[in-house]
Amino acid sequence: MQGFTPHSGNSVRLGLGPLEAAFPNGVFPTAAVHEFMCHSIEEIAATEGFIAAIVAAFMKSDMVCIWISKSPHLFPPSLTALGITPDRIIFIRLKREVDVLWALEEALKCEGIAAVIGELKDISLTASRRFQLAVEKSHVTGIIIRQYPRDLNTNACTARWNISPRPSELQERMPGIGYPRWNVELQKVRNGKPGVWLLEHAAGKFATVTTKDPRQHTSARKIG
Amino acid sequence: MARRYVSIWFQHLVGDYMVKRDPSLLEAAFVLTMQKHGRMIITGASARAQRSGAVQGMVLADARAIIPHLRVLENEPQLADRLLDGIGKWCIRFTPCVAVDPPSGLMLDASGCAHLWGGEQAYIDDIANRLKKLGYSTRIAIADTPGCAWAVARFSQHSIIAEGDMLKALLPLPAAALRLDTITTERLLKLGLRHIKNFISKPRRALQRRFGDILLQRIDQAMGMEYESIIPLVPIIPYQERLPCLDPIRTATGIEIALQRILEALCDRLQKEGKGIRKAIFKAICVDHRVESIEIGTNRGSHNGEHLFKLFAEKIQQIEPGLGIELFILEASHVEEMQAQQEVLWTGGCGLGSVELAELLDRITNKFGENVICRYLPAQHHWPERSITSTTYMQQQPSSAWPDDLMRPTHLLPEPEPIEVTAPIPDYPPMNFRYKGKLHNIKKAETVERIEREWWIDGGEHRDYYYVEDDEGKRYWLFRSGHYTGDKTYSWFIHGFFP
Repeated sequence: MQGFTPHSGNSVRLGLGPLEAAFPNGVFPTAAVHEFMCHSIEEIAATEGFIAAIVAAFMKSDMVCIWISKSPHLFPPSLTALGITPDRIIFIRLKREVDVLWALEEALKCEGIAAVIGELKDISLTASRRFQLAVEKSHVTGIIIRQYPRDLNTNACTARWNISPRPSELQERMPGIGYPRWNVELQKVRNGKPGVWLLEHAAGKFATVTTKDPRQHTSARKIG
Repeated sequence: MARRYVSIWFQHLVGDYMVKRDPSLLEAAFVLTMQKHGRMIITGASARAQRSGAVQGMVLADARAIIPHLRVLENEPQLADRLLDGIGKWCIRFTPCVAVDPPSGLMLDASGCAHLWGGEQAYIDDIANRLKKLGYSTRIAIADTPGCAWAVARFSQHSIIAEGDMLKALLPLPAAALRLDTITTERLLKLGLRHIKNFISKPRRALQRRFGDILLQRIDQAMGMEYESIIPLVPIIPYQERLPCLDPIRTATGIEIALQRILEALCDRLQKEGKGIRKAIFKAICVDHRVESIEIGTNRGSHNGEHLFKLFAEKIQQIEPGLGIELFILEASHVEEMQAQQEVLWTGGCGLGSVELAELLDRITNKFGENVICRYLPAQHHWPERSITSTTYMQQQPSSAWPDDLMRPTHLLPEPEPIEVTAPIPDYPPMNFRYKGKLHNIKKAETVERIEREWWIDGGEHRDYYYVEDDEGKRYWLFRSGHYTGDKTYSWFIHGFFP
């Protein structure tokens, strides 16, 4: 772990439950770059929701968040349910992937921003190292959504995630759809233990679902 | 400081120019003509022709009868304006504020300039001599008001009117010296009021009733009771720094050093005055008189030299020094008032109004253009595509609260895409749907949310939205467009994805 100094500032408890034990010192690393692998549009939607829920936890009331992409499809009104005021997100829409890389690095250098989120296809080792150096100085959280990645190359990101949606659960015989549930897979984490968890996000809090196989309770089709 | 204005009157502006262009005309009798109502009318005459009796407004045939060897030159339209513009720009050596005073004059704001020439007499002598060398005969006067200087230059033999002596200078002049239109002047003459002294002391109400407001206004302007502004040919940029170089500069490093120095000087000045740059132009004047310029803009006023330098640094490579640059000019073409920032010991985070964020966004807009950055604010519409508005302004607050009771997808397709469904008629969510070739069996669904079109904006079908979840746990936002009717093929669409 050469050159990596964990941020000793005020650490934030995200309330991720057992998942947090996977991180070094049991704390979600905020001054770091996380990458999220998305292989389908449903996974992208789930990842966007998961990221919004995480960022909401450490975004203070007056902070801003920057979202850089080639074509942002995030629908801002959905974020209120996840705990973020949508007008505190600044969207930057750029034409080329290299421009996104440049803007991401500039934004990661800017101290005081809650999180910088970038949508990329691939990221090279060099680019990820530059991001890592930037966040070590500025203590900004960098989040990269890798949409349809071509290769799973090694890079300097602190953690690699994969979020996929899972069927929601409701109390017996209730109609409708329950709280969003995700299969959270921490594929790689520096100094931590990777693993798989089933998380539910309800009323601004995460809850870990302990059922072994969520698919065994397939309730009958109910219509509200 | 008292204001001083210089009025320059070119007695034969176009004629002098013609002589300059063709020296053989110097001793000749020539007239300038223009076609008017099918006749050739004289618009200007040389001194010789004037002596022989040719006057402005005369028909050419009449003048030819008086002067047999008269030379006739075509008067180009707008020639006088072009000449005045050129001479006016040349006159910027005398004062930064030069205005054109058509049809044949210039007005210079000489406040605080004359002492550099060692007095007003030397100042106007220098102007007259230099213009004489260029070939123009002029009459020049200096006074406290543009109106008085104008009158004295054209109708008096004096040239310097001391401060506050306007009345004395104006009294013996004819009424036309007040820059009046011909109708008013003729009316004054008809009443025997030939000179200014005849009517200037008359009751103002009487003058107003007979000659209108214009006469009073002209008197007031000449007397300095009403302020008259002149429009400078080259707008004066108050925030400007110059850096002449002893040796021509040709390297990027040299340009950077010059830029740093010039920025530092300008930023120091702006900081003292509590102002910030919104738009700045950095000009490099090359040895061969080429002007290379780069321009930057900021989202909010800034006098942070380091930040502004970064913005310029992106564009320095666009400057082509050629044979070398001998003068650098930095102009802040748009500055705004800035509120002094409180120095803070500990920064919690950077909000929408913070300087760090503004500087970051400046760098991004400087590189990619204005319209890459946006924020979204709620709009008072239920229709999903219209429920948000974008803004580029960072400080703008939402005019209404974000709705928090609606189920909305995180990922919205830019256009709803048609899907094939199997659905019970009439009002139930589909049992399954096919999207991009894949069949999704719906297991759970929320109740329908009907969103009507806003008929005052556009027409069309309403949408019945369903939030559904398939057997793999993927969550979608589907809608049916309108009611079922027999002949519609694609009435179901997918519009978004829930987390």
